[in-house]
Amino acid sequence: MENPENPQRFLTAAAAGLAGCRVCGTANPGGARACTCCGSPLAAADPASLQRVWAWLAAGLIAYVPANVYPMLRTTTFGRSSENTLIGGIAELFSHGSYGVALIVFFASIVIPVAKFLAIAYLAVSVRKLAALGSHGRLVLYEVVEFIGRWSMIDVFVVAILTALVQLDFAAAIAPGMAAVSFAISVAFTMLAAQSFDPRLIWNAESENLNDHA
Amino acid sequence: MHTDQLIACPTCDVLNRDEDVKPHTVARCARCGTVLAAPKSGAMTRIAMLSLTALVLLAAAAGFPFLELRAQGLSHQASVLDAVLAFSSGPMAPLSLATALLIVLLPAARYCALIYTLAPMALGWRPAPHAAAAYRWAERLKPWAMAEIFIIGVAVALVKVSGLARVGLGPAFWAFAALLVVTILTDNAICRLTVWKTLKTRSAS
Repeated sequence: MENPENPQRFLTAAAAGLAGCRVCGTANPGGARACTCCGSPLAAADPASLQRVWAWLAAGLIAYVPANVYPMLRTTTFGRSSENTLIGGIAELFSHGSYGVALIVFFASIVIPVAKFLAIAYLAVSVRKLAALGSHGRLVLYEVVEFIGRWSMIDVFVVAILTALVQLDFAAAIAPGMAAVSFAISVAFTMLAAQSFDPRLIWNAESENLNDHA
Repeated sequence: MHTDQLIACPTCDVLNRDEDVKPHTVARCARCGTVLAAPKSGAMTRIAMLSLTALVLLAAAAGFPFLELRAQGLSHQASVLDAVLAFSSGPMAPLSLATALLIVLLPAARYCALIYTLAPMALGWRPAPHAAAAYRWAERLKPWAMAEIFIIGVAVALVKVSGLARVGLGPAFWAFAALLVVTILTDNAICRLTVWKTLKTRSAS
C-alpha cells in the first residue's frame, strides 16, 4: 500500500529473467522446470491458465443446480416421510426459532457459494483489464475466497451426522438425498477453481496496462 | 546479487531481499503484503508437538463413542464411522469415501507429514529423506483436511435434533472439539516460507 501510484518500482522474478516458486519463494534460474529447493513444478503466470479456472467454475455451477432442486434429507416419522431441500431446511430451522443456526446454514449453503461463484468469475475477468477494484482489493478478495470456500462443506457433514444419528426405527429415521452429493461436488469444484487461479495474474494486468499508457 | 539472497513472493512474484528477521517480527512482501518470514522461537517444536497431539485426538475421535440419541424410550448410538458410512447405501457410496478422506484420513496424513518434516528440525537434526516432498504434500492437503469443519457441522446437527430428542455426547465429540483448537493453533504457528528456509539451510549444511 506504500506506493500504489508507482507499481513499476517493483521488479518481479519473471521480469528479471528468473522463475519464482509459488510454493517456497525460491528465485530459480529462468527456464527451470522444477524448483531447486522444494521440487514443485514451475510455470510462468499465464492468462491461458484461466481456462482451468473457468472450467472448474462452470462444473461447480452446474453441480449447484441439482443441489438446490433435489432433496437434501428424507425424514421418516411414524411411517410418514417428508423431504427437505436446502432452502426448506433453512426455513424449518427459522420457523423453529433457531435463528442463529438458520443464519449459519443460510450463509454456508446459499450466500457463500453464490458469492464465491461471483468472486471467482470477477477475479478471472478482471485479469484481462484494469478493474474498478485495485490489485490489493482483489488480492484480499482472492484470499477470502480461498479461506472461506471449504467451510461450505458443513452442509454435507450435517447430513452425514443426522443420517448416522437419527435412526430410531419406526419413530424417526433420516436418509440422505441426492442433493448432498451434488452439493459436495459443487463445493469441491469451486475449491479447485479458486486453487487454479494464479494470484500473480492480478498484478500482471496492472503492469501491462501501465506499459500501454506509457 | 546472488539469487540465494532473494525471495520471489509466492503471491505476486516480486523479488524481495532475503534478510535475517528477528524472532517474533514479521517480514512482508513490499508490494502485496504477503508474509515472507515470521520466525518464532521454538516454532518447529511447537508445531511437531501440536501435530502429535492432533494425531492422538484423531485416533480417539475415530475409536471412542461419538453421540447417542435418546427419545421415547428408544436410543441409538453413532460413531464417527457411522457418520462416514451415512452415504454408503446405493449410488451415494463415493460420498462416503470422500467424507472419510475429508474428516479423518487427510487430516491424519497431513499431521503425519508435518511430524515427519518438522520433528527432525525441532531436534536440530538433518531433514529426513524426502522431507521436502512430505512438506509440499502437507501444504497441498491443508484445504482438504476438514476435521475442524466437521465439528462445526456436528454442532449445527445437534441444534437441529435437540428439539426432538436428548443427545448424549461421548468422548469422541470432545476429542473433535479439542482437535478444532489444536488445528487452529497449528495453522497459526506454521510460517510456510520459514519452514522452507530452514529445510533448505539444514539440508545444505
